[in-house]
Amino acid sequence: MTDKEPLFSAKNMKLLREPLGASNPITVQVLGICSALAITVKLEPSIVLAISVLVVMAVSNVVISLMRKIIPPRIRIIVQLVVIATMVILVDEVLQAYAYDVSKQLSVFVGLIITNCIIMGRLEAFALANKPWPAFLDGVGNAFGYGMILILVAFFRELLGSGTLLDIQIIPKAIYEMGYVNNGLMVLPPMALIVVGIFIWIQRSRNKDLIEQK
Amino acid sequence: MENLINIFVKSIFIDNMIFAYFLGMCSYLAVSKTVKTSTGLGIAVIFVLGFTVPINYLIENYILSEGALSWLSPKLAEVDLSFLSFIMFIAVIASMVQLVEMVIEKFTPSLYSSLGIFLPLIAVNCAILGGALFMQEREYANIAEATSFALGSGVGWFLAIVGIAAIREKIRYSNVPPALRGLGITFIITGLMGIAFMSFMGIKL
Repeated sequence: MTDKEPLFSAKNMKLLREPLGASNPITVQVLGICSALAITVKLEPSIVLAISVLVVMAVSNVVISLMRKIIPPRIRIIVQLVVIATMVILVDEVLQAYAYDVSKQLSVFVGLIITNCIIMGRLEAFALANKPWPAFLDGVGNAFGYGMILILVAFFRELLGSGTLLDIQIIPKAIYEMGYVNNGLMVLPPMALIVVGIFIWIQRSRNKDLIEQK
Repeated sequence: MENLINIFVKSIFIDNMIFAYFLGMCSYLAVSKTVKTSTGLGIAVIFVLGFTVPINYLIENYILSEGALSWLSPKLAEVDLSFLSFIMFIAVIASMVQLVEMVIEKFTPSLYSSLGIFLPLIAVNCAILGGALFMQEREYANIAEATSFALGSGVGWFLAIVGIAAIREKIRYSNVPPALRGLGITFIITGLMGIAFMSFMGIKL
């Protein structure tokens, strides 16, 4: 290879950084909402799911990128699904072996990583056309962008809904005695949507380029 | 019979795919701009769910789960293939979507022209795989129960997407703050609709 570029060149760093802000998979690209919302009641399952997605995404991006020249375009979706499904099975087995409680809480949502649109979307849009290393960075970057929103939503929902973080009591007893009550609404599923809606609102008011035209 | 109707109603309203589990959110947000297209997608989802869940039910109970292979020979009674379920389910879904598409194209071209573009999208709709995985987790007693769960979930998804599309058509004429326009307001409305649907919770059927 003649056009060898450094591993962390400016272009590659951009792949890592962009998904955290201006092209965030959840709030801007609208991908992977399905699993993002249902498990964000508590912080712990959200962190576990974020890590699982990170692993699945980085590895499948690299695998698809390595095979990009030999996959016939007509059956690429099936190939992608098989690669992702294999990775998800591995992650699921590891979770059941080492983190059984969390794996029970996540229930079907580990399996649903397969149809998580972020992974398919990034494979289609990026890994099929790029070398393994940029594809790896793209996968990691997008998974971080996804995990960041997941963890932020879970942070607010757990703090306001149960007064705890990672099951440790954060809001002191004294405040409860003064009449503070946990906001039970935060624990219910619809609040996840409203919290994400507010995040989008905040992000778009700060970054006017993202505002949708009428 | 009564039991089947209970499961059907329960999966439409109480365990609604969108409002209680957020499944199929991606296409729900992307395709809900007009009532007409979302009706098409909704019908396609009912269709595919109604086909794939019973088939996955048979696969789960006669091939994958522990001891399920004993009908072949008693020696296989200890084989547990359940770790393969994800890959089997997604393969069944992808191939069923293809098959349903071909059958519709052959027999009802008019339905095909209205559903056509949505069918391939459905293979990666979380609601379909979610239906199969919930079917596995809830351990329905027989195939009729699994089918009525599948149809009910499909109808629930249909109701949700047509509802939000109708609201989005109207909201185009209102004065939404610019930063909330489009995606943001859709999220918040879906949340409010979800709160409305929660009033069904706690109903024992």
